[in-house]
Amino acid sequence: MTKLIKGTSRRGALKTLAGAAAGAASLPLWARYAQAQSAEPIKIGFQQHSTGIGAAYGRWYGRTTEAAVKLINEGGGINGRMIEIIAEDDGTDPKRGAEVVEKFANQHGCDVGFGTLFSHVVIGSAPRAGELKLPYFVVSEGHHVASGMLNRYTLQPGITDVKSQVQAMAPYVSENLGKKVTMIFPDFAFGHDHRDFFSAAIKEQGGEVLEQIAIPPSETSFTKYFPQIPRDTEVLYHVMVGPAVLTFVKELGEFFGDQGPEIFGFIDSLEAVDISSPGLEFLEGTYFWEGMPRYAQEDQSEHEKFYREAVGVDENGASVSDPSDVSTYAHMFGCWETLHVIKAGMEASGYAGPEDRPALIEAVEAMGEMPESQAHPQGAKRFNGKTHQVFGHQHISRVENGRLVRVHTTSIDDTLYPDEVDYTTQPL
Amino acid sequence: MEFGPHLILATLEGAVTAAVLALTAVGLSLVFGVMRVVNIAHGEFYMLGAVIAWYVAQMVGGHPALGFVAALVIAPLVVGALAAAADVTILKRIEYDPERTIVATIGLLYIIQQLTLMTYGPEARPVEAPFNTRVELPWFDWFETLFGMAQPWGWSITSYKLFVIFAAGAVLCGVWAMMARTKIGLLMRATQADRDMALAFGIPVERVYALVFGIGAGLAALGAVLIVPIQQAHYLMGVEPLLLAFIVVIIGGLGSLPGTVLAALFIGLSDGIISVFFSPTLAKILATLLVGLVLVFRPQGLFGTRTA
Repeated sequence: MTKLIKGTSRRGALKTLAGAAAGAASLPLWARYAQAQSAEPIKIGFQQHSTGIGAAYGRWYGRTTEAAVKLINEGGGINGRMIEIIAEDDGTDPKRGAEVVEKFANQHGCDVGFGTLFSHVVIGSAPRAGELKLPYFVVSEGHHVASGMLNRYTLQPGITDVKSQVQAMAPYVSENLGKKVTMIFPDFAFGHDHRDFFSAAIKEQGGEVLEQIAIPPSETSFTKYFPQIPRDTEVLYHVMVGPAVLTFVKELGEFFGDQGPEIFGFIDSLEAVDISSPGLEFLEGTYFWEGMPRYAQEDQSEHEKFYREAVGVDENGASVSDPSDVSTYAHMFGCWETLHVIKAGMEASGYAGPEDRPALIEAVEAMGEMPESQAHPQGAKRFNGKTHQVFGHQHISRVENGRLVRVHTTSIDDTLYPDEVDYTTQPL
Repeated sequence: MEFGPHLILATLEGAVTAAVLALTAVGLSLVFGVMRVVNIAHGEFYMLGAVIAWYVAQMVGGHPALGFVAALVIAPLVVGALAAAADVTILKRIEYDPERTIVATIGLLYIIQQLTLMTYGPEARPVEAPFNTRVELPWFDWFETLFGMAQPWGWSITSYKLFVIFAAGAVLCGVWAMMARTKIGLLMRATQADRDMALAFGIPVERVYALVFGIGAGLAALGAVLIVPIQQAHYLMGVEPLLLAFIVVIIGGLGSLPGTVLAALFIGLSDGIISVFFSPTLAKILATLLVGLVLVFRPQGLFGTRTA
């Protein structure tokens, strides 16, 4: 026989209701933890080029990431939880990159993956991130994200892509330097983006590309490529990456001497290299694209000043502790900004754990304007949720007295192009 | 650019490659000739030479020439000593067994590469050349109707690159003189000809082996010190020279010094010329194809002698 439980009295019911109401009133205080279920850190898997041809970038991407995480954690973390970075070396190798993504998802239990730069590693890793449903925030520059080659789980919210960079700068090149261009670029995805999109952009300006010289990324000597540069070249467009960049620029100078065409380069050809290195004197008066100006400019914003100090970079773009350790300043801000986008996305979606990954993706997709701020020290940005690609300002600098002086900044509108994909239609 | 200056530029660039390649390959060939050891770690000794050159140049300071000259002496000696130590502690213990030495030197390759990565780091670092002036070469030709001198665009070389070509030539002459004219060369040749007989005549074969392994590695290191002001010291830089050195040694004939030098010249120059006129990838394809052809039609190499 079941025992009768004493019936609820009216007073008792009222008491319970009052208690519930009191509880509900205090909801915002404890709800954060109830939702987070724990105060465990948010794990961000950092795919880092510690070794291989991307090592110089990897070192500075690491320092920038550390500085951004320190700032975010000091400010209370994300949703009350601290960020923990789990760095794994991918050897700047696509195959290893995919393995690292697997480790993040299966072994370390990371909430998201982050950080990689070299486009062949991004392209090698992104399919695995998509299969594992691990949000993969890349800080590359390739057009592969916005081209639709990858998947809904890959986003590039912290740095602009090559297509928008070259499109925005082609008018400056054709108006100020010349219309007959010869291009030198690395022979892999990132270089092919330059080849295709700059050629198209300069054509639109009424110019033409006379010759396209592709160089394998592992090459160590370059003079043998230079005779292919046609005599009637008005502008030499160069972009190189990897450990041999100094050799490349030096040999370029030795080849031309005091003759030669106007030179427009991407700072990639000189990232982590001191402009005052012997043999680079010929760069005086040549032009460079910079994502963020390496040398502190006169009108440096307070946000950039704060960022520069936080990452430990001096006025010349080198480490404050070692002036010979030159940073990859034009690219590494992407790590800082991406981490702040992850934070904003997780806060907007009330991210609590891996089950909220789709909500995080949707929250980031919903971001539009990103005003210049401490979170975005490089400048204001506009995120396109359909293509998963951010758009921002580009800078052209000229070498004057051994320093890079900014001479032109493009608008965000200059960098826009029609959407090539709508990732939001893909299932999560 | 006109064909003439173009060709000379290609030849000069090729000659620099050939010079360094000859030094590296002669080291490899010497080790194989005397010891019958296929040294897979040879490229890493090359890399070590460049890395040590950077350290030495950093420590010496002052005028770049001081650091460079110090590196030119110190790096080959240190690398040679390391290699000799590796010979005594590893290769000797496995009795120079052909298969086991291959595995052992592969192990050595990874140990050297990873230790360099852990200490020196993954960056590429430059060593300043002792002198590096751009030498503009004049070109004489018919211009329309009159004969005159011109300086075609881009036609130049640096004094340092010329120095590399001559320095490598001088070192190779030195190696030849050592092998042909000195007592130690005689001992090496005796050991190469017949190890057991040499032992029977009281030649300290083991010491000769350690010395040869050291000299072989030292030559690779010397090549690297010469190249490091042009390129940069990087922990992965040993891969390509190893491959090219093997190509050269196979084409020239295993253990044949004149064959190695000639093959290095051939591969270096063809690399320079084909790279300029066609593409660097084609140069590599042709070199590999040549190795295949040599192995099919003349397995002992162009200058090798058939063993057994």
